[in-house]
Amino acid sequence: MKIPISVQINGRQYDREVEPRLLLVHFIRDTLRLTGTKVGCDTSQCGSCTVLLDGVSAKSCTCLAVQADGASITTIEGLAGTDGLHQIQESFWNKHGLQCGFCTPGMIMASQELLRCNSDPSDEEIRHGLEGNLCRCTGYQNIVRAVRDAAGSMEGGSQ
Amino acid sequence: MYAPEFQYYRAASVAEAAELLSKNPDAKILAGGHSLIPVLKLRLAAPSALIDIGRIEVLRGIECSSGTIRIGALTTHAELAASAELRARAQALAEAAGMIGDPAVRNRGTIGGNVAHADPASDLPQVLSCLGAEFLITGPQGERRLGASEFFEGLMSTALGEDEILTAIELPEAGAGEGSAYAKFAHPASRYAVIGAAAKVAANNGTCTAASVVLGGLCPAPVRAEAVERALVGRSLTDEAIGSASRATAESLDDDEVLGDVYASAGYRKAVAPVWVRRAVTAAASRSG
Repeated sequence: MKIPISVQINGRQYDREVEPRLLLVHFIRDTLRLTGTKVGCDTSQCGSCTVLLDGVSAKSCTCLAVQADGASITTIEGLAGTDGLHQIQESFWNKHGLQCGFCTPGMIMASQELLRCNSDPSDEEIRHGLEGNLCRCTGYQNIVRAVRDAAGSMEGGSQ
Repeated sequence: MYAPEFQYYRAASVAEAAELLSKNPDAKILAGGHSLIPVLKLRLAAPSALIDIGRIEVLRGIECSSGTIRIGALTTHAELAASAELRARAQALAEAAGMIGDPAVRNRGTIGGNVAHADPASDLPQVLSCLGAEFLITGPQGERRLGASEFFEGLMSTALGEDEILTAIELPEAGAGEGSAYAKFAHPASRYAVIGAAAKVAANNGTCTAASVVLGGLCPAPVRAEAVERALVGRSLTDEAIGSASRATAESLDDDEVLGDVYASAGYRKAVAPVWVRRAVTAAASRSG
């Protein structure tokens, strides 16, 4: 039994029929071929599948595509504008907040949520805000620097 | 990981969900999915159908009236943690909700799903037990309500019948002179509770008049630390008295029941539990009268 769903992703409407057991992350990656979002642990711990679901961060490996019917989703592909990278992406680049890059899409989406809730976080608040996202390369130091840099650059501006 | 196949139904009302449940005897209720979806992916359960109650708006929200707080089953951990009303009237609950998982998990996980799953390494069962919560349940026989000690039966097991739906949780507001707190020894990777201590203390001029202390993470179901409660009541809430009372924690822990794993053995958990009890009681006392 397939279920029709209608989802807006990065401003574009997608209407598809899906198996009820299809995970949102597989819908995004395999059905729609938006492969920026990653599957890491597949157990809602590592955060590499983080997307914004109706404006708030969610782990798309622990959500069924049918649960997202009618939702508005932002993935990493939806962050950059026509005028270039989003400030958080720019800051991750400038501060070397990534090495292999696998965790980066989720890390950036979680940073987006963090800065939405707290536009001027302390280093400790950044670490708490990103505790659902694991990075096995950087040791987190440069990720914290990148988020701090993004917060400073975005101050007073739009997110 | 893919879950086994299932039929999917989206209920528009509690009545419709109850009807679907009666027609699909081995169906499971889906709310935020943060307990159920991992269980399905690991194939620990293979229900024939999921009944999605996630869009039934009347099941969402926090209401306070005449001394009672009513929390809809679909209220997320993020909403609990951010609630100014809970921060003022049920501090331990807001505090514990803010310690669950991580921000993205808290955005999706619900209070109803959490307690219906009854994972011993969870946080809310011990907090709701400590605060004297009641669980409102709808089923074919109508509505019923259960206290926490009746609701939580054991390891991932509650008194919720297969044809019943948990709709709301009610708890009394903190009264004059009462304060509550939650102290958690979180597993560093999963953020689940290795030990979670919930405490509620009532005090009058610094003397304890009533105490409720409940532990989770240690045993299959929440455990009331009665010896600690007895040792607190009537005493002045000094650091020394709280420390001394906390040492009675082990009296309430049955050696056969204490859980251990590769990260923390049963003996270790039992040995450090008094520390977390002391921290919870100290914080609760500082918020009491």
